[in-house]
Amino acid sequence: MAELYTALRQPLIQGGKGFAQVTSDVCAPMERRPTGLWWTAFLISVAALLLGVVTVAYQIRTGIGTWGLNNTVGWAFDITNFVFWIGIGHAGTLISAILFLFRQKWRTSVNRSAEAMTLFAVMCAGIFPVIHMGRPWLAYWIFPYPNFRGPLWINFRSPLAWDAFAISTYFIISLTFWYVGLIPDLATIRDRAKPGLRRSLFAFFSLGWTGSARIWLRYETVYLLLAGLATPLVVSVHTIVSWDFATSVIPGWHTTILPPYFVAGAIFSGMAMVLTLMIIARKVMGLEDYITLRHVDVMSKLVILTSSMVGLAYMTEFFTALYSGNHYEEFTFLNRAFGPMGWAYWIMLSCNVAIPQLLWSRNIRSRVYLVFVISLLINVGMWFERFVIVVTSLHRDYLPSNWTSYSPTVIEVATLVGSFGLFFSCFLLFCRILPVIAIGEVKAVLSYGKPKEEVSA
Amino acid sequence: MSRRLLVGFFETESDILGVTRAARELDLNIVDVYSPYALHGLDRAMGLQPSRLPWVCFLLGLLGAGAKVWFEFWTTAIDWPINVGGKPWNSLPAFVPITFEVMVLFAGLSTVFAFFLVSRMRPGKEPERLLPGVTNDRFAILLEESDAAFDTAKVAALFRAFHAVHVEERVEEV
Repeated sequence: MAELYTALRQPLIQGGKGFAQVTSDVCAPMERRPTGLWWTAFLISVAALLLGVVTVAYQIRTGIGTWGLNNTVGWAFDITNFVFWIGIGHAGTLISAILFLFRQKWRTSVNRSAEAMTLFAVMCAGIFPVIHMGRPWLAYWIFPYPNFRGPLWINFRSPLAWDAFAISTYFIISLTFWYVGLIPDLATIRDRAKPGLRRSLFAFFSLGWTGSARIWLRYETVYLLLAGLATPLVVSVHTIVSWDFATSVIPGWHTTILPPYFVAGAIFSGMAMVLTLMIIARKVMGLEDYITLRHVDVMSKLVILTSSMVGLAYMTEFFTALYSGNHYEEFTFLNRAFGPMGWAYWIMLSCNVAIPQLLWSRNIRSRVYLVFVISLLINVGMWFERFVIVVTSLHRDYLPSNWTSYSPTVIEVATLVGSFGLFFSCFLLFCRILPVIAIGEVKAVLSYGKPKEEVSA
Repeated sequence: MSRRLLVGFFETESDILGVTRAARELDLNIVDVYSPYALHGLDRAMGLQPSRLPWVCFLLGLLGAGAKVWFEFWTTAIDWPINVGGKPWNSLPAFVPITFEVMVLFAGLSTVFAFFLVSRMRPGKEPERLLPGVTNDRFAILLEESDAAFDTAKVAALFRAFHAVHVEERVEEV
């Protein structure tokens, strides 16, 4: 039976590797000098990051009047970027926590970098609402602390306060989860590094890890508990982000479908970003044996699933609006599709629902460059989804005399470019200084030296 | 006082699991087993009790949630009541989201800190008893030699049966 099963299924890790081979393969990119390709990518990212730093400094100094907002459209580009980045982060937690609970062994090759992606995406996301506060040096006012104004406490009934708690918790727990997962690998690198600064740093952060079975037992318990906590956490985070909209009385925002719709969309956009990054990483860093076509295939299937969920949500939302008998709701949705910003709606629909359906074909899933192009289009489509939700709901409100349009200023676009610069600079640095693949976890799914009956699973 | 330990190194998961099970059946004192990744079934082979860390997670999570509900109630209903859209002072359902987040934060961080504490892990600590290769490609078992059940010939045969690649003796201060 085992032979039959393995004949049908490709092994997760290819090349018949032993344990030492896995260690040296994963450590190789960190131990050799960076390639020209890496330098090119890094310099471009840092340039984008610098552009972002300059524009953020400018808009903080001058004020957010530098944006294209007006009385009617009070939330636009900035909040779109915020929701976009938070959504990207969600796939990292899906892979590291939810797929861990479902015992999906293929996650071991991609979980480390997907979690890193989560951290960097949440960092990018956090920047936007802080700038939007207008006086970011007072951002700490969102947290309750004893103060000399009464003490006056924050409004715990406000979704914006919930959001600050949700995102900070999400960042801290993701960081902890990622770090706990890194400890055994840091010890592996400590033990193969030559004495010097690099070894000392890895020794500092590996906390004296020895690989003792007693500690491994506790470690596994902690990992399971963190996965169990991170799973409802990730659902709560995007639910709360959707409440920023759903608890208002704006037609197009005030719907009960928003939380599940946002969570599905977040995981969808994140999966697309994971695919984009992994397809680049496996090529650039020579990890084709670890991030195999089978991984790309499985992730593509998750993309189809989440794309269909998002498609269902679009239809449900439209149907509910038309069937509700509420003129404002009806108008908002017809305006979304056929109004002056209808082009954004159709970009969203084609990139998020129509194009991903191509992945049903095995032929397309097995062509990595096609999957790459589709994943890029989904990234674009999901950005537009948030733009459609935020801007088209606002620009035609209850009073026709308020009706207006919105277009971003150069400053806003440069800030978005800057956030991509931050994301990719962090990710490229991560690829250089830390193991992009969870060495210990990959060893556990190798077929090498395992009792026969366990190999097939 | 010092004690003498016999270290056997192995190369595969099935060998280390097998030798651990056999050593336990022979009533040998297994000091510890080292591996480059978490081995499933090793806790049973060594006869280890499940970790009590889930209790830390549960209790601290409960504490965090309880403290947060109390704090939200105290700030919004007692210390400085604010009328928000005519909602009752004590609008408990609105407190659910933050309570949940704080529960996750308390439960998660306390579990990890408790783990570091009981495993005596701290930043900058040099590993105690580091065996060569166990963070890379080898597995090791440590047996106590001063144990009454320890019989050199029997242990040598046992190690050979499970393809030990290297055997060495260590003396440790206790």
